[in-house]
Amino acid sequence: MTSSASSPLIDVRELRLGDARALLGHSGAIDLPDPALAPLAYLQGLIDGLCNLSLKDPLTGLANRRHFNAVLEREIAVVARSGESTLLLLLDIDHFKKVNDTYGHAAGDRVLQVVAKCLGDCVRPNDTVVRYGGEEFAVILPDCQVSFGRVVAERMRKMIESLSINVAPMVDINVTISVGGAYAPEWVRSTAAIWTERADAELYRAKASGRNRVCIDQQEVMAVSVEEKNMLFGHLTQDNPAWIESVPANLADTDSDSDNTPASAYINASGSTPGSPSGNTFGSVAQRLNS
Amino acid sequence: MSTALRSPTETPAPAAQPPSANGKVFAVTSGKGGVGKTFVSANLACALAKRGLRVLVLDADLGLANLDVVLNLYPKVTLHDVFMGKAKLEEAIVKAPGGFSVILAGSGMVEYSRLTPTVRDDFMRIVDGLVPHYDVILLDTGAGISDVVLFAVSLASEVLVIATPEPTSLADAYATIKVLAGQQKRRVLRMIINQTARLGDGRAITTQLQQVLDRFVVTEPGRGVRLIHVGDIPSDPSVSQAIMRRQLLMMKAPGCPAGLAIAQLAAKVEETVMSRAA
Repeated sequence: MTSSASSPLIDVRELRLGDARALLGHSGAIDLPDPALAPLAYLQGLIDGLCNLSLKDPLTGLANRRHFNAVLEREIAVVARSGESTLLLLLDIDHFKKVNDTYGHAAGDRVLQVVAKCLGDCVRPNDTVVRYGGEEFAVILPDCQVSFGRVVAERMRKMIESLSINVAPMVDINVTISVGGAYAPEWVRSTAAIWTERADAELYRAKASGRNRVCIDQQEVMAVSVEEKNMLFGHLTQDNPAWIESVPANLADTDSDSDNTPASAYINASGSTPGSPSGNTFGSVAQRLNS
Repeated sequence: MSTALRSPTETPAPAAQPPSANGKVFAVTSGKGGVGKTFVSANLACALAKRGLRVLVLDADLGLANLDVVLNLYPKVTLHDVFMGKAKLEEAIVKAPGGFSVILAGSGMVEYSRLTPTVRDDFMRIVDGLVPHYDVILLDTGAGISDVVLFAVSLASEVLVIATPEPTSLADAYATIKVLAGQQKRRVLRMIINQTARLGDGRAITTQLQQVLDRFVVTEPGRGVRLIHVGDIPSDPSVSQAIMRRQLLMMKAPGCPAGLAIAQLAAKVEETVMSRAA
């Protein structure tokens, strides 16, 4: 006990690292130094290996959902500070269920692996390609200018379309993908949830409009048109603001001089305000007077 | 040494704190200036404090701050000093006459009216640092849709848009709402109509704004912006008297029509905070 107190190092032999070691061993060749000779390097190697495992999708080797969430949170914080355009793409293999049903799940897995490899080849080293779940993938493209986002997404779509995937001896199939994309809101703090939701809505749009296509959320032009202003308060110029239509005061007013103003004149004057009760009320009053 | 252990390089940095999602940070904004943002912020804060809540008003109008003028406060330490690193955040928190806390922007903030990444960082950190200590935080933002204003609003989980029944105010409120819906993807915004002439005017105005939004700003079906009408503040001579004397209406004349209306607004705001906390 005294030796462990004086030594700054943990005795690696006292830790139960068998499971971790086995997990890393199964996942492929990993070079770990001899724990007896370099205990610190051994421990570091184990931890790095486990971190790596925890961020990867085992089937495709892409980043997994956990890694995706961390990158997305980091990127949205970066965009809030820097105003960089960062694009999130969600990609879904069209009619993937058919592949599974027709050729079996091994074929389905093969398709996922080939598509994953192809997506990985389409992007820059600083982009993150993710297996989002099932047959759905995501790509995070930091610092991707708005004018190029669609180009990148289209390149992916075309590359996948042109792939010939061997799923069984003598059986090659083609698949297509639908892509939805959204840029992170620039210069403001936002949430990853809203960002993902927007990209997902675009993916839905791509699916609904026939699949094998790219839909990207467009940043709308921020301007208020004349039509909007007219609808907002155009009726003010007609001396009949919508927000005083409920006040019966003008009815009382007009009652007094209704002798020289025909009721129909009021109905016309208020005609541009749909749902304005004054016209109807007046109409019914006029009807009653006539009957 | 355990400190020698590092994480693999591809592990992302710890995620940034999400926006104040707990529903207690309210941005008070408006399209047009002079519609009573600061008046509403200060008096709403007072009314909330009377309900027993811990309230802080942050003067987020970095360019042209005047919360100090409204409250007649001239503290030694301001947000400016915090930004400059001359003082700690806690030192800039001042007790306002109405039983709530304020952080004033202070003079010299003009240099912060341009939003650099550093200012963003500072601003975010300040709001995040305040959140655990208060029940409600009001960000008194500037008018208009400049990047400073939009950034300040983006730090809030809820937005109160102040407008008056005048066409210019409505047009600017509409533009603000449209930008917030487009840029920040806000789905719910809360309206307060100030200086109304009659009961029901505010609700009619909100309805009118909603109709125009439904027609022009619906991005996807069922995904439009929803305006919630929080309430009206009627035109009331007591308001201008209080402003001219640089007193809080909620302290000098809480029983006047505008004061009663603000008390009702406070009840609604508290309801919102509580529903989010649950």
